[in-house]
Amino acid sequence: MKLGEIVSIVEGRLISRRADLDMEILRAGAADLMSDVLAFADPGSILLTGLCNPQVIRTAEMADIAGIVFVRGKYPPTETIILAEEKGMPLVVAPHTMFELSGRLYRAGLQSCDISDRNYVRADLKGPVDVAGECG
Amino acid sequence: MRAEGSGVRAEGSGVRAEESGVRAAMPQITRLQELVYELKIAEVMTSRVRTVPPHTTMAELREILREHRISGAPVVESGELLGMISIEDLIKALAAGEMDVAVGQRMTPAPVVLSADDPVVLAVDRFVHYGFGRFPVVDGDGKLVGIITQGDITRGLLKKLEVEYHEEEIRRYRASHIFEDVVSNHTSIFLHYDVVARDFEHAGEASSKIKRALNRLGFSPHIVRRAAIAAYEAEMNIIIHTTQGGKMVVDVQPGQIMIRAEDSGPGIPDIEQAMQPGFSTASEWIREMGFGAGMGLANIQRCADEVRLESPLGTRTILEAVIYLDQEDLRGANRKG
Repeated sequence: MKLGEIVSIVEGRLISRRADLDMEILRAGAADLMSDVLAFADPGSILLTGLCNPQVIRTAEMADIAGIVFVRGKYPPTETIILAEEKGMPLVVAPHTMFELSGRLYRAGLQSCDISDRNYVRADLKGPVDVAGECG
Repeated sequence: MRAEGSGVRAEGSGVRAEESGVRAAMPQITRLQELVYELKIAEVMTSRVRTVPPHTTMAELREILREHRISGAPVVESGELLGMISIEDLIKALAAGEMDVAVGQRMTPAPVVLSADDPVVLAVDRFVHYGFGRFPVVDGDGKLVGIITQGDITRGLLKKLEVEYHEEEIRRYRASHIFEDVVSNHTSIFLHYDVVARDFEHAGEASSKIKRALNRLGFSPHIVRRAAIAAYEAEMNIIIHTTQGGKMVVDVQPGQIMIRAEDSGPGIPDIEQAMQPGFSTASEWIREMGFGAGMGLANIQRCADEVRLESPLGTRTILEAVIYLDQEDLRGANRKG
């Protein structure tokens, strides 16, 4: 879906200049920890986050993320916006929680980033847990 | 102690190939928008302005407009801008049979002017707001220095875009042929970066430069992304965890890219534990900044084909991440999109 559609689904406001609202976005992810973002983000995806410092722009740049939505109405400081505009990274501020926005976007058809090829989920943690069995 | 990388690439579906095609086209569109802000009116306007004195008749004006193939002219007397007369005014005069009337009587007096130093985006805004076909342009002293039409804006933008496109293509072309043009038994390009401990203001800059350098050298976007993420995690580790900072060296060879991050302390007591996803020694304030997820080394392993992490005597740390390249990766610059 187009970036412009995403902005209206999240009821957000664009806070950086020169964003291409016709840009096609296929996937999205949400996280507040930078290394988590680098672990799952697909190039060209949108990131939902509550982290506002300039590092979020650096992280997004490394992962070729297409745009950032700040959740819960968090307005990032000027340094973050300046760096984002330097890198051509669109920034949106949306008034809802991360869970709410994730739900809205997922329901609207935006897919999750694909981590099926990432094999760092520990083998012993894969699959359902038999709680009754554990507790004996 | 060596920890082998997973060797799994972050590639996947054909969706990515499409994405990279779309993204390759995108830079032209947003660059145009950027230029509208960057370019000054002085850079796109026509500076040789044909002006007319106020006593010129509409009949004479008709000849002037026709001869110079212009759509309007500033009305000037003794070096002072009095107004603007346009082809629209001429058409009205023609219809009313007023071809002997002086332009001074029919001109738009006290015209809206634009400043030569203002950005083009302001001119665009004025064209929309006023609906005029042209604006006189003045310098800081109010002196007439040019005239601007919407056609001037379009021409100026397209010309600038074309110049920039060629410049970038030439730069990439030159850089990406380094390994072919510079002949030796073994060519290596070393990029050195100093990383300062706790310097969060400049954190990520080295990785950003590495990414730009690798792009310039013509590597494919996939390779560049893997190297950039590995470099960023390594850089952040130095910034977050070291006492006196460290150094990053990127060794670019035809067959591989190696990223080496070295510091002078405090070292890693348990390498195996450090490599576990989720394990972190980061303090609370680091986590508040969004770091310390404990995924740094895991990310590096995922992005690199080989990872070596050593902490000799537990006093300092050396990290080496190697990404193998094949012929396809090296010729990334010659592929379109």
